[in-house]
Amino acid sequence: MDPRLVTALIVVVGVPATVIGYVFVVEQILRLVPSRLQASVRPWLWLLPALLFLFVFLVYPTLNTVILSFEDKFSKAFVGLNNYNYFFTSPDTLVSLRNNIIWLVVLTFLAVGGGLIIAILVDRVRYESVAKSVVFVPLAISFVGASIIWRFVYDYQPPGHAQTGLLNAGITALGFQPITWIQDAPLNTIALIVVAVWTWTGFCMVILSAALKGISAELLEAARVDGANEVQVFRKITFPLLLPTVAVVATTMIITALKAFDIVYVMTSGNYDTNVIANQMYKELFTNSQPGRASAIAVILLLLIIPVMVINIRRFREQEAIR
Amino acid sequence: MEERTFRWRRTAGFLAAIALATAACSSPGGSTAPAASTGGGGASAPAASGGAAGSGSLGGTVSVIGTWTGAEQDSFLAMVAPWEAQTGAKVQYTGTRDINAVLSTGVQSGLLPDLAGLPGPGQMAEYYKGGALKALDDVLDVTTYKSETSPGLVALGTLDSKITGIFIKADIKGLFWFNKDVYKGGDPTTYDDLLAKGKETAGTIGGDAKTFCVGLESGAATGWPATDWIEGFVLHQSGPDVYDKWTAGQQKWSTPEIKQAFEAFGNVIANSFGGSKNVLATNFVASGDHLFSSPPGCVFVNHATFITDAFKKTGGAKDGQFDFFPFPDINTSFAGAVEGSGDLFGMFNDTPQAKSLIAYLSTAQAQSIWVGRGGALSANKSVTNYPSEILKKAAGDLAAAKIFRFDASDNMPQAMNDAFFKGIVTYTKDPSTLDTVLTNLDAAQTAAYGG
Amino acid sequence: MTAVTVPRAVAATGSARRRRRPSGRVMLNVAVIAIMVVWLLPTFGLLVNSVRPAQAVASSGWWNALLPPYSFTIENYQQVLSRGGISQAFVNSLLITIPSTIIPIAVAAFAAYAFSWMKFRGRDVLFVVIVGLLVIPLQTTFVPLLNLLGPKGIHLLGAGPGAFVAVWLAHTGYGLPFAIYLLRNYMGGLPREVFESASIDGAGHATAFFRLALPMSVPAIAALVIFQFLFVWNDLLVALMFIGAANAPNLPLTMAVASLATSLGGDWQLLMAAAFISMALPLIVFFALQRYFVRGITGGAVKG
Repeated sequence: MDPRLVTALIVVVGVPATVIGYVFVVEQILRLVPSRLQASVRPWLWLLPALLFLFVFLVYPTLNTVILSFEDKFSKAFVGLNNYNYFFTSPDTLVSLRNNIIWLVVLTFLAVGGGLIIAILVDRVRYESVAKSVVFVPLAISFVGASIIWRFVYDYQPPGHAQTGLLNAGITALGFQPITWIQDAPLNTIALIVVAVWTWTGFCMVILSAALKGISAELLEAARVDGANEVQVFRKITFPLLLPTVAVVATTMIITALKAFDIVYVMTSGNYDTNVIANQMYKELFTNSQPGRASAIAVILLLLIIPVMVINIRRFREQEAIR
Repeated sequence: MEERTFRWRRTAGFLAAIALATAACSSPGGSTAPAASTGGGGASAPAASGGAAGSGSLGGTVSVIGTWTGAEQDSFLAMVAPWEAQTGAKVQYTGTRDINAVLSTGVQSGLLPDLAGLPGPGQMAEYYKGGALKALDDVLDVTTYKSETSPGLVALGTLDSKITGIFIKADIKGLFWFNKDVYKGGDPTTYDDLLAKGKETAGTIGGDAKTFCVGLESGAATGWPATDWIEGFVLHQSGPDVYDKWTAGQQKWSTPEIKQAFEAFGNVIANSFGGSKNVLATNFVASGDHLFSSPPGCVFVNHATFITDAFKKTGGAKDGQFDFFPFPDINTSFAGAVEGSGDLFGMFNDTPQAKSLIAYLSTAQAQSIWVGRGGALSANKSVTNYPSEILKKAAGDLAAAKIFRFDASDNMPQAMNDAFFKGIVTYTKDPSTLDTVLTNLDAAQTAAYGG
Repeated sequence: MTAVTVPRAVAATGSARRRRRPSGRVMLNVAVIAIMVVWLLPTFGLLVNSVRPAQAVASSGWWNALLPPYSFTIENYQQVLSRGGISQAFVNSLLITIPSTIIPIAVAAFAAYAFSWMKFRGRDVLFVVIVGLLVIPLQTTFVPLLNLLGPKGIHLLGAGPGAFVAVWLAHTGYGLPFAIYLLRNYMGGLPREVFESASIDGAGHATAFFRLALPMSVPAIAALVIFQFLFVWNDLLVALMFIGAANAPNLPLTMAVASLATSLGGDWQLLMAAAFISMALPLIVFFALQRYFVRGITGGAVKG
C-alpha cells in the first residue's frame, strides 16, 4: 500500500480524534486549576491549537515581511521608508489603487447582493439544489479554466468577420461594431470584475443560504400567520437575522477585492490601465527580485484592511450586547 | 449510554494521539532520508564521479524542473529515456510556468531541484554569483562541447570563464512565414522589397487583407511576440554592436537607433490585419490562422519555427502548404544577421546522477532525440536528423548565420524584459505615446541594471 | 466529529409556497431560470468548445456547433486521460485535499466556540487580528516558511510518506482565519437560551460544544468543507512550494493540468477538457453536502 495513503488515513482519523481528545485533556487539567482561575485559563487552552498554526504560518511570516519592507533588494541594508516611498511615487500605483477601489465597490456590491438575492429566490423553488449548483459551478473551475471560458465571451475579431466571442457576436448581430472588451479602459476593469462576480457570487450564496436555513421556520411561519406579506417578512425578520452573515461575506469580498490577482494576471497582466496592487506585488517579488518593495505593498494591504476590521469589532460588540 | 460514549471517545483520542506521534516521527525520517531532493540512496556508487554518460549503474533519482510542458515535456522525457535505461537512475521532471517563483524562493530556502531550465542568462548569473548554481567544467567533456556548439551559445552559458549553463535546444527567430498558395513572390531581397511585395499581394487579395498578421496576446506575458520584431529591426538596421550595447543596458531606449526600430514596428502594426485592436486581442498562437482563411487576411507572419504547429492545428494548414524566408536585410553592412534563442540548463546540486545527466544532455546523441521528434532545432551542430524540410532549412540558416545574436529580451534582466513587454503594449495601443514609452523604458533600464 | 444525526429537512416552507399567488410563482421561476442560464452560459460554451475540433474553435463561435452539420470529437478528453501521470496526480490531489480540509475545520471549531461563548480579556481584538490575517498575500509567506520547514530549518519537506505533511499544515494555517471567522459568526448567532439552559443542567463547555454548538453549526461547517476543499483542490502555488517542484511524483492534479499545454501556448484546447475533468470532484462534494443546508436543524437540535 502507498505509504502516503497510510499517513493520510492516520491524519484523517487521527487529527479530529486528537483535537477531540485535546479538549477532554484540557477539561481534565482545568479540574486541577483553582475554580476561580478556570474561566480565564480555559479560553486560551481552547484557542491554543489555532493560535499555534496562525502564528507559525501567518504571523511569523508577516513579521518577517514587515522587516523586509524596510530593507533593500538584497534584504541586507536598512533603507527606511524608501520602499514605501517607491510605491507612492511609481506611476502605476495610483491607477492600481483606483482599480482596487473599483474592484472593492463593484465586486462586493454585486457578489453579496447577487448572492443574497439568489439565496432567497432559490429557497422558494423545488429545484433549489440544482439552481444552487449552477451558480456554484464557477467556483469549482480553476482560474486557468475560467480564463479560457471568458476568452470565448470577450473574444474579438475585426468588423466584418465572424465573431468568436459571445458578447461581440451578440452586439454585432444587433448592428453594432465589435468591442475589444479587454483592451478598452475603463470598461475592461468592469469586464474583469464581472469574471470575479461570476465566480464569487456562488460563494456568497452558499454562506448566506446556510444562514438563511438557520432562521427558525416557526418564526417565519408565525409572522405569516400574523398576516405579514413576504416583503415584510424579509424586511422585518429575515434580513435583520441575516445581517451578521451579510457582514461576514461582505468583509470576505472586500478582502478578495483587495487581493484580486489571478484574473488580472491571466487576462491582462495589468496592461490597459487594469493593474491592481496584488499584481504589482507579485511582479516586484518574482519578476523584479525586489522583496523589499513587495513587502511594502503587502504591509500597505494590511493597513488598508484596518478600517474594515474596526467596523467588524463594533459589529461584534453590538451583537454581543443584543444576544 | 452517555458514559460509554465518552469513554470510547477518550480511548479513541488516546489511540489517535499515539498514531499521530508515530506519523510525526516517521515523516521527518522520510525526508531526511536521501529523499530530500536527490534520492541518492543507492547513489553512493563512486563509479559515476566522472560524469560522462553511460558510466554504469547509478540508480537513484534526479529532480529536474523546466518550463517545458505538453508535447515539449514528452520530448524531454523521450530524450532522457535512454540515459535512464543505461544508468538505472530515474528522472523526476516537473514542467511549470511558475519557474521564476520556484527558483527565486528556492535559492533563498535551499530547496532546489538538481537540474533546472533557467529563465535566461541574467538569472543564470544571479544564481551562480549567489552560489546556488554549480559550474560544469568538471562535469562536461568540455572540448567536445565547445567544438559541437556555436561559440555564441557557449559564450552565453559562460561566466567568469566557467561553463555554468548549457543549451538543450535552440530556435531561429524572425522567420517570415507565408501561405504558398497566396504568396508566390519569392524571397524578398530587402525589407523594403518585402513591404512592397506584401502590399501588392494584399492588394490582389482585396477586402481588408493586409501585409502582416500579428498577435500579441499571451496572458501574463502579453507583448512578447513583438520583442522579436523590434530585436530584428535593431539588429538589421543598426547592427550587432548597438544590439549588444542595448542588451547589456548600455544603450538608452530613447536613442535614435532603438526609436527607429519601434517606429518600424509601428509601421508593421499599421499594415496589419485588423489594426492595433486586433493585434492586441489576438493570441499569438492564433496569429497565423488568417494566412490560411478564405479569403486570407494577410500575407506574412513573423515567428520562430514553433508556429508551424499552430498553422496545422488551428489554421487548418497542411504540411507543404507553407514556407518561410529569413529576415531580409535592411542595412547591407549587416547582411546575414540572424537572431536566435535557446533553452539554458543548469545544475544546482552536484550529485553523481545530476552530473551524469547534464553531461548526457549536452551530447549530440541526446539532442538528436528531441530534434527527431520535431519542434526543435539542436544547439549541437552535429545533430542533423530533422524530420521536415522546413526544420532542415531553418537549422541550415541558423548554422550559416554570418552574424548570430541571442534573443535580446531573453538576455535582459527580468525586470527590463517585463517593462519591454509593457512598453510594446502601450505603444501598440496608441503609437503617439512612443516618446513616453521610451523614457519609461530608460527609467526601467536604470533600475534593472543598477542592482 | 460530525457523528451527529441531522434531522431531515422539515417541509416547513411548503405551506407558504402553496399560499402564494400563481403570478408570483411564474415570476419567481422565470427569475431563477434566467439566473441559471446567465451563470451557465459561459461554462456551457466551454463545454461545447471542448468537444469541437481545434480549427472550428478558432474560426467560429461555439454556438455554431449547435446547428447542423454537427462535428464533435472527444479527442481532447482522450488525450488528457491517456496522458501518463493523470491518475497518480488525481490520487495525490485527494491525499492533499482531504486532510487539508479536515484539520483546519477541526481546529477552527474549538477556537470559534471559545470566541463565541467564553469571555476573556482581549477577545475581540484577538479575533479581529485573526480575521485581518486573511488579507496577507500568501506569496509573501513562502520564503520565511520554506526557511523554517526546509533544509535550513526542520526538514519537513521532501519525498517519502511525509511528503504531504508540510502542505497539510500550510493549508491549515492559511485556511484557519476564514474558518474561524465564519464559524464564530455562526456559533455566535445561536440562541443564548439554549446554552444557558444547558449550563443550568450542569453541562460543561465540552458537552455544550459537542452536544449543542457543533450539531447546530452543521450548515456552516458544510459550507466551510466545500470552500476549503475547493480552495485546496484548485491550488497550484502552495503545492508547488510546500511539496516542492522538484518532488514530481507527489504533485497534484492542478500541476498535471497546467502541464498539458506547451510552454508556448500550443495544445491549449486540452485545457478545456481538463477543466471539466478537474471540476468533477468538487461538484460531487458540493452535491453531497447540499443536504446539510436544510431548514430546521436549529429547532431539531434543541428539541433532541
